[in-house]
Amino acid sequence: MKKSRVILALLGTVFAASVAARDVTLLNVSYDPTRELYRDINAAFAAQWKAQHGDTVTIQMSHGGSGKQARSVVDGLPADIVTLALAYDIDAVADHGLLARDWQKRLPNNSSPYTSTVVFLVRKGNPKGIRDWADLIKPGVQVITPNPKTSGGARWNFLAAWGYALKQPGGNEAKARAYVQALYQHVPVLDTGARGATNTFAQRGVGDVLVAWESEALLAQQELGKGTFDIVVPSISILAEPPVAVVDSNIDKHGSRAVAEAYVKFLYSPQAQAIEAKNFYRPRLPEVSARYAAQFPKVNTFTIHDVFGHWRQAQAKFFADGAIFDQIGPGH
Amino acid sequence: MSRLKRQPPWSRQIGRVLLALVAISFLVLFLLLPLAVVFVEALRQGLHVYLSSIGQHEALAAIRLTLLVAAISVPLNVVFGVAAAWLMARFEFRGKALLGAFIDLPFSVSPVISGLVYVLLFGAQGWFGSWLGAHDIKIIFAVPGLVLATIFITLPFVARELIPLMQSQGSDEEEAARVLGAGGWQMFFRVTLPNIRWALLYGVLLCNARAMGEFGAVSVVSGHIRGLTTTMPLEVEMRYNEYDYVGAFAIATLLALLALLTLAIKTLLEWRYSDEIAAHAPGGH
Repeated sequence: MKKSRVILALLGTVFAASVAARDVTLLNVSYDPTRELYRDINAAFAAQWKAQHGDTVTIQMSHGGSGKQARSVVDGLPADIVTLALAYDIDAVADHGLLARDWQKRLPNNSSPYTSTVVFLVRKGNPKGIRDWADLIKPGVQVITPNPKTSGGARWNFLAAWGYALKQPGGNEAKARAYVQALYQHVPVLDTGARGATNTFAQRGVGDVLVAWESEALLAQQELGKGTFDIVVPSISILAEPPVAVVDSNIDKHGSRAVAEAYVKFLYSPQAQAIEAKNFYRPRLPEVSARYAAQFPKVNTFTIHDVFGHWRQAQAKFFADGAIFDQIGPGH
Repeated sequence: MSRLKRQPPWSRQIGRVLLALVAISFLVLFLLLPLAVVFVEALRQGLHVYLSSIGQHEALAAIRLTLLVAAISVPLNVVFGVAAAWLMARFEFRGKALLGAFIDLPFSVSPVISGLVYVLLFGAQGWFGSWLGAHDIKIIFAVPGLVLATIFITLPFVARELIPLMQSQGSDEEEAARVLGAGGWQMFFRVTLPNIRWALLYGVLLCNARAMGEFGAVSVVSGHIRGLTTTMPLEVEMRYNEYDYVGAFAIATLLALLALLTLAIKTLLEWRYSDEIAAHAPGGH
């Protein structure tokens, strides 16, 4: 008797919640370290949409490893928008027909409204004297970076290291391979995701240097460090371009195309660009970057396109089963 | 039993003390210390912060969802558990051993695999995916998926508790009831159920604790939509990943309290009704 009443009450509250949130609901499926960013973005976008159209937009978030999130969307997670760590993961969704294969051309800047780059987070005072990529493979240095098989962020780290070695005087494929192999011998723990690696380094105190996105390093410094970590910018790094896209078949099913497209375009607006910069992502708009110049030192970067061609090629060459990472990763 | 014997030699007494010390330090190290950490971390910034992190919209939604999932899956498992135990204890049939093995299957399969199986069945690319999609029925990444995964994980708890008890009790009383003219349901409610009630409660308790605490299988089918498909264990992980350690441990205290409550009732049942709880129940003593 009592139990059935409890169930009814619970069903009632669930039902009531879904009725209240009926106006417009979007689901943004994102990767791990964007939680703080999209909390602010969503609030700003909802306010703007309300002011312009009078409708209440509720944006639901789902966070997880980028590859896993892509897989979930393929398996039916009803994402209106995907904001993932790398283009390859959205390609994987497009391969299943959920959005147009040329999705990356639909928005400016390769559909990446903000960027980041790979930097080093070291312990206060930089006791191991880490200045550049070469210092990571010195004896006695422990490097924390997640597993590129499971983490999108880790793939950018891997490619940044490869690109660095390739661009050294006399650099070639063999030397890059040797450098990256040496690097992974200095990695004591391979976490499955970027945030897990940050926790390993910052909370658990493992390792001398965390190879991380600048956004993640700045956030960790703010949230955990307050004077316990320094950021070291290497001589050259990769320009990480996390892409965004609307998921065509889902927005057509939900009837949410107008608001979903407005949402991804909003990410390029001056207001959103400032929020992105405040959340430690490098904005695209020059006038916003200028205001945050102190936070983002000038870095010499290369893009995926410059060095590796397309993400699909990089994925096949380095991270597919039996590819280079499997040949030279830890234990080799 | 040793009271009747002579005092054991001193060497044996030392051995006994040492054994007790090892056992206690194990308990402290692996159970009490982590439990203490949960509460200390949750209250690190004071009671006010603790309460406000539990009171957040997402936390309340996670608690509500966890209760909902348990409120659906535990009763269904009671029905299944009693039926399966009845079948196993009262009837001889071909494939009985196989049925027993199937009931135990969730114990031996990794929870992650249990979750993935449902994705492969009901996911958009799964066996029934296109049919479900065409009829706009959501299972995976929605409450039904969470319930399914939880039912699978907790399937053995009630049945495993009842089977040995019903086997050892035999069917004499039930047969007597039938001879005296009781109908099937009458016999069940007047004879069978009273005989197994404490063991059933015991099974429900364990089933409920697992249903609320399950992480792996639920994580796979959840989709992690904040405030919509995240149960309490998932919310704990999320908050930990967001550097919200107080929030993570605050929700963890609720799960810890649930565990302590379960433990207390379980101990009470074992102490008070040990005879009526199956003699061969797994972990029953």
